[in-house]
Amino acid sequence: MEKWKKITSSHLFLPVFALALLLIFNAFATPGFFSIEVQNGQLFGRIIDILNRASILIVLSMGMTFVIATGGIDISQGSVIAISGAVCCYLIGGATDGTAQMPLFVACLAAVAVCAVCGVWNGFLVSKLKIQPMVATLILMTAGRGIAMLITEGQNITVYYKPFTYIGNSIPGSPLPTTIYIAAAVVLLVVLIQKKTSVGMFVQAVGINAEAARRTGLNVTAIIFIMYIFSGMCAGVAGLMESSMIAAADPNNAGLNMEMDAILSVALGGTLLTGGRFYIGGSIIGAITIQTLTTTLYALGVSSEQLPVYKAAVVILICLLQSEKFKKIIERKSLNQKKAVKQV
Amino acid sequence: MKNVKGLKDRLVASRYFSFGITAFLFIVLYVIGMMNYRGFLKPQVFCNLFIDNAALIIATVGITFVLLIGGIDISIGSVVALTCMTSAQLLANTNLGAGVVTVIVLAIGLLFGLVQGWLITEFDMQPFIVTLAGQFFARGLTAIISRETIDITDPTYTAVASARVYIMPKAFISVGVIIAIVTLVVATLVLKYTRFGRNIYALGGSESSAQLMGLPTKSTKIATYMVCGFCSALAGVVYSLIMLSGYPLHAVGMEMDAIASSVIGGTLMSGGVAFVPGTLLGVLIQGIIQTFITFEGTLSAWWTRIIIALLLCVFIVMQAIIVRNRHRITSSDK
Amino acid sequence: MAEHALLTMRGICKYFPGVRALENVDFTLRAGEIHALMGENGAGKSTLIKVLTGVHAKDGGRIELEGRQIAPSSPLEAQKNNISTVYQEVNLCPNLTVAENIFIGREPKKAGRIDWKAINKRASELLRRLNLANIDVTKTLDSYSVAVQQMIAIARAVDIQAKVLILDEPTSSLDENETQRLFEVMRDLKKQGLGIIFVSHFLDQIYEVCDRVTVLRNGELVGEYEIDELPRVELISKMIGKELGDIQNMGKNASAVSDEVLIEAEGLTAFGRIKDFDLTIHKGEVVGFAGLLGSGRTETAELLFGVAKPEKGSIKMHGKEIKLSSPLDAMKHKIAFCPEDRKVQGIIGDLSVRENIIIGLQAKNGMWSHLSMKEQQRIADEYIKMLQIKVSSPEQLIKNLSGGNQQKAIIARWLVTQPDLLILDEPTRGIDIGTKTEIQKMVINLAREKQMSIIFISSEIDEMTRTCTRLAVLRDRKKVAELTGDEINSDRVMAAIAGGV
Repeated sequence: MEKWKKITSSHLFLPVFALALLLIFNAFATPGFFSIEVQNGQLFGRIIDILNRASILIVLSMGMTFVIATGGIDISQGSVIAISGAVCCYLIGGATDGTAQMPLFVACLAAVAVCAVCGVWNGFLVSKLKIQPMVATLILMTAGRGIAMLITEGQNITVYYKPFTYIGNSIPGSPLPTTIYIAAAVVLLVVLIQKKTSVGMFVQAVGINAEAARRTGLNVTAIIFIMYIFSGMCAGVAGLMESSMIAAADPNNAGLNMEMDAILSVALGGTLLTGGRFYIGGSIIGAITIQTLTTTLYALGVSSEQLPVYKAAVVILICLLQSEKFKKIIERKSLNQKKAVKQV
Repeated sequence: MKNVKGLKDRLVASRYFSFGITAFLFIVLYVIGMMNYRGFLKPQVFCNLFIDNAALIIATVGITFVLLIGGIDISIGSVVALTCMTSAQLLANTNLGAGVVTVIVLAIGLLFGLVQGWLITEFDMQPFIVTLAGQFFARGLTAIISRETIDITDPTYTAVASARVYIMPKAFISVGVIIAIVTLVVATLVLKYTRFGRNIYALGGSESSAQLMGLPTKSTKIATYMVCGFCSALAGVVYSLIMLSGYPLHAVGMEMDAIASSVIGGTLMSGGVAFVPGTLLGVLIQGIIQTFITFEGTLSAWWTRIIIALLLCVFIVMQAIIVRNRHRITSSDK
Repeated sequence: MAEHALLTMRGICKYFPGVRALENVDFTLRAGEIHALMGENGAGKSTLIKVLTGVHAKDGGRIELEGRQIAPSSPLEAQKNNISTVYQEVNLCPNLTVAENIFIGREPKKAGRIDWKAINKRASELLRRLNLANIDVTKTLDSYSVAVQQMIAIARAVDIQAKVLILDEPTSSLDENETQRLFEVMRDLKKQGLGIIFVSHFLDQIYEVCDRVTVLRNGELVGEYEIDELPRVELISKMIGKELGDIQNMGKNASAVSDEVLIEAEGLTAFGRIKDFDLTIHKGEVVGFAGLLGSGRTETAELLFGVAKPEKGSIKMHGKEIKLSSPLDAMKHKIAFCPEDRKVQGIIGDLSVRENIIIGLQAKNGMWSHLSMKEQQRIADEYIKMLQIKVSSPEQLIKNLSGGNQQKAIIARWLVTQPDLLILDEPTRGIDIGTKTEIQKMVINLAREKQMSIIFISSEIDEMTRTCTRLAVLRDRKKVAELTGDEINSDRVMAAIAGGV
């Protein structure tokens, strides 16, 4: 009993439990769900598919985790994804003979740099002008797709330059999609930062008690500022992956509603939306869970337009489980039940 | 010198400062339009601003209530889509008349607001998250009803939709505009002359004070979300009069336009300050920008988004400065 | 003066988890009197008021208003029972007009709609009656100063036919003129037969306007007195629990103080905090800031730590002038500050004890020179042992520790940074006796053995006389006396705090 309590109260319990449930369900409902085939030295299968798509979400949720930990939120991520794709594709160019105007590396770097500037903008509004994070990032969310359009001059740019597609798919000869490597690299970077610097502790301190953090000598403004820049950069990397997958910049639809999925991943991973303690591992599993849920529902014949209904149910459920008042009501109920049992 | 500065501070701190700027901006834009495009001289172009944006006006009224109490509702666009789809579905596949159908969808809107408001107040959940779920839910539900367009062919409906109400020999408005204007007037009166309205203002000014003054904060909050749900559904009805169809991707992102209109019209996002007639100007400014872009022809529609975001940004930053100024005035009054 | 009791509270008890906030407290308020409620931090004043206004439910006792038993469970219910409160932070809505703030929730109506004309007319009449004629009731509340807002809050309270009016530290943000204006209003209301409960830290004001005083200490009733029959010094001794002449200086701090000057403050002034404050602190000295709450003791210390910036004056360290614009600046000059409000300004609740201990040093070093986990654990273990912090493990969340252990962890946080000047603001408040003595001993040791300079702020004079080598006495945001050596005894300190005796 004690042990069970310990397990259920762990922050990883909810996402792992949900993921396990989904996997078990799939094992029965979807034949061949776990099978992986090898073709030309490359791995194929549903699981790989899920990981491939989840990689984008993982990268995105890394940035979101830090922003939420400071007590903020960044709802402009989806629009920033569109900007990233637009910048990169514009720089590479849509030449049909498959050549690139600019080296891939430079284009990618430029895209991420532009997204970092987006983060600077958000960070400036939130930490310097003290505008509520949701409102502040709303501005870029509204403008972002327009800016992306401005860059692509109102069109979807299709890129025929082959190496560009490697980012979102596979480099010939590699067993796994590149996205998984990229996500792994970003996660590794975050873990390194966690282990080798005090960023993690400072961010949590700011999110838990900003006033005490200030009186302990932390530069609260700068910390919040940097986290928004990081979130922008994560969205930038995610944007590269997303646009590479379709080998095009699609300002209207790239990353549409992705910020919502990222928020959902973070919340599912056990990080409170009010800030404070955050869990990188939880966010990663959360992202994979969300993607598994999406894939499962698709497999069940739910269309992409209908998907949100189920996501909405998950959102409300997670928030209810996190809500203090809800916990109290449940506690009181179970207490009453115990009393009732005794009286009987 | 000092007096001038004091006057400026006071002006900036005035409740109607934002409204004044917005009105000024609207007039300037319209005059520029008249100087550059002959079309702006026609009264019908002015009426079209209302006709095209009737649904947005109603949605803006709804979001203004919620913004007043310091909340937010991002489910509006989805509820509009759900309303259109439900109406189209019921009209196409049942024997219900247009009137009954309208009552049903409005009730759905109210219920939607009730559930959202209840979750927010009862469990202290963040309005953003709850209404985000609401957005997902309504949008998904719309697609579950039908993934294809359902046209509305009901004769009553199409008759109302195409009705022209002439206010001048050469200028007419639609039934939707009348509904929007009535909504606007009712909302203004409710906010000014009823206890419910004043409680909303008090709640936005300071929730803890409102509670200590013995105002019914909880029920007011839930009712406010219900008002917004109702307005969303009403906007949906008006929207369906224009579109004459239900479609899962109707009105995507309308909530953001509504928020932008409200803020540009002088609503403070932190709550407690809003002037409903001002929010109408917020909508009309968006409309005018759109008209410009249509008249220009060479500019594409996404310029609208950028300009609106720019305006939104200017107004939000201005608000931040106003709030800071006001604190300074209060503390230096001694 | 009417002698019958308007409000009686008998045997009031209130417990919070682990804390006894009120134990068997009696309180009597007569109609037409201004009754002061006094006590230092944690005495139970605000708890008593919150019980009376229905914010907290009482755990025992009974409340009677005009002989009728009442048990308000919310501020609204208290209001319906004619008990109104005006708080220190004005609890009105800044975005509404003055008139509306007075009438909201009970607006006069005409033909089903709110009658704005009537509201404005009645509001200005009401304010005129309270001698506040020059207020434009149609302006929003936030166009007026806090003082005026305070008056408007009182006007609202009076107009809901209050019989009992509670004023909870209404004067702390008012200047002299505004306070006098408030007193006029209070005296007027008294004549109209209201019973007023007045909470204030300013002794002068208590003696100027009150008829009677009830003193609480540590959640218990000390007594009820006629203000004219209670000399100031006696009132203070009752508040801080030290009988006059009861001088038992147990083991006074007699450590040698070096001649080397560490820090000098000259003419420090910041509005609403302190005026023209001078002080010199030598190495190895324990300087106490004595004074009642709100006297400027915390506010001054905050200036020395860069929490707020002084408008005038200079701070010199080792003879060189320094500018402190943030706590980090102060930390780089080897100043540490252990704040008074542990929960809001001190602990970072959801972090572990280890993290709470090392975060100060880490902030000082910067985020890139990260202390390794091993190093963190070593430091945490060392200080947990040194200060005998009771934890199940250094990884325990600090919010789950007892108050005393939280306090020790915060002190540890600052000791880790190896400060030259350590400011301790009420380090022993709300913690058990054993820990209190430990902290006092520690202060003396740090000064004596490590030659650390310490500013010690406490409401308990006993503690100060025992640990300090010098005392700066503050009253009404000014330094009124400086005591050294044998002058540091309870009588002298209390006399200085009371002033005008």
